[in-house]
Amino acid sequence: MNPAFSVILLTVASGAGYGMLAWLGVLNALRLLPASPWFGIGAVLVSLALSAVGLFASTLHLGHPERAWRAVSQWRSSWLSREGVMALLTNLPALGFAAAWLFAGRAAGVTVVLGLVAAACGLATVACQAMIYATLRPIRQWCNPLVLPNLLLLALFSGATWLAAAVAVGGYTPRIVAELGVAFGIAALLAKLAYWRRIDSAPPAATMESATGLGSIGSVRSLEAPHTEENYLLREMGYAIARKHAVRLRQIALALGFAVPAVLLLAGLVAGVTLGRIVLPIAAVIGLLGIYVERWLFFAQATHTVTLYYGRNV
Amino acid sequence: MTSIPAPAPGAKKLGLVIDLDTCVGCHACAVNCKEWNTSGHAAPLTDFNAYQDHPEGVWLNRVHTYEAGIGPDSRTVHFPRSCLHCEDPPCVTVCPTGASYKRAEDGIVLVNADICIGCKLCSWACPYGAREFDEDQGVMRKCTLCIDRIYNTNLPEQERQPACVNSCPARARHFGDLGDPDSAVSRLVAERGGFDLMPEQGTKPVNKYLPPRRRPTPTVPAETAHPAGGNSVLRWIDRVLSR
Repeated sequence: MNPAFSVILLTVASGAGYGMLAWLGVLNALRLLPASPWFGIGAVLVSLALSAVGLFASTLHLGHPERAWRAVSQWRSSWLSREGVMALLTNLPALGFAAAWLFAGRAAGVTVVLGLVAAACGLATVACQAMIYATLRPIRQWCNPLVLPNLLLLALFSGATWLAAAVAVGGYTPRIVAELGVAFGIAALLAKLAYWRRIDSAPPAATMESATGLGSIGSVRSLEAPHTEENYLLREMGYAIARKHAVRLRQIALALGFAVPAVLLLAGLVAGVTLGRIVLPIAAVIGLLGIYVERWLFFAQATHTVTLYYGRNV
Repeated sequence: MTSIPAPAPGAKKLGLVIDLDTCVGCHACAVNCKEWNTSGHAAPLTDFNAYQDHPEGVWLNRVHTYEAGIGPDSRTVHFPRSCLHCEDPPCVTVCPTGASYKRAEDGIVLVNADICIGCKLCSWACPYGAREFDEDQGVMRKCTLCIDRIYNTNLPEQERQPACVNSCPARARHFGDLGDPDSAVSRLVAERGGFDLMPEQGTKPVNKYLPPRRRPTPTVPAETAHPAGGNSVLRWIDRVLSR
């Protein structure tokens, strides 16, 4: 599948934003965050900005961005529509949470409840996003049960690194957040390794024989394609450039997405407040770059059954 | 509404039956499809670089050619590929705007180009590559089963068929109601063992494909060492050479 910049940025940035929002809501309920209302408002706005960057990027992918509002109408059947609805809805409790933190204090019942509702809405948005991919049966690398836990854990991991950076920039020591970040980094890493192992060994979604129905005659080979030039189908669904670098790109994703942020999170804990202000934002940004590579591979390594008709394996 | 209309028993299911035995791979169906749909009421079916290097464009019907099997029983099969108007079309349910829909009255799957946002998700959801994105119009295009022909009372009655069916010189394409078990197309499917493409995808295609017929393997008479009949001189030469 074509790894379009707009769609990858959507899932990476909004994943980090909603993951950060989820930690804000949960950790505030547990009184594990700085009490300053300015920290609260700033952090909530950063998380919403990250998800807004993602949502804005997604409109660049559309043929008619001015009609994007129509996408919230079919939530009964479409996970993409549900993602749009949840993404918009999440803003309400999230902004309410920030306002309540400012006016009622972080420990007030209303603040705690709005924070938890915002956390649930944010994670539900990520889940809807994952289900868009996980329900596409022609693409076996996406239509599998590991996609949902993968995207949720990666959102929580990258969200934790961004929250740790926000806490550090606010002048506090993000001990709990950094520890949670490392723990969820390990969980996300294990989920990613399990996903890669699965897509490397899973059987094809279909075969040339079932795609053409000619299997009763024997094995099927493509003799002639319908057209000599590229077309939309081959560009969008038949994307194969750089797939051969998959092993190296996986190593890059592991290093940038997991190893470097985890080490920097731990370094940020021992470095003290001043150094932490520098180290933890670097961890957050590098981690996002690594997850960008991971998400690029998620697309580039995905194969679609339409390419069977052009004689390719899926 | 992108939910699939509840199937009523005996409801019309308009679709195509494509005979892979008689298709000669002439691409006339694809060309006539392009011609009709580029000049119809909708926007043209976009072409890029039509008269230059690397021409490409949106086509709603494409003809592949395959080889199946090995040895004397192998076949070369021409294979037209277009929308199958599935009973359970995944392209429809994923649509976030309601632009993709399946008509309750005849089962035709259509795109409303006026509300399509061009997110391309439907083309990802279709296992068959039936949908092609029109980069110029910014919307998804697909086979309409020539809905502007089959109900068009301005056309003579024999022309109220999809353009691809009308143009096929080998009569390899048949159009009709596959929901009616007594229709000509349904009987054809029953007689010839018509099949679904990629049944494991669970889309329940309405369009059916008819398999190439089994040809009887020609029996070559065994060569005898000393044929009885024929010219006596040739018989003598045959005997000499056989020593």
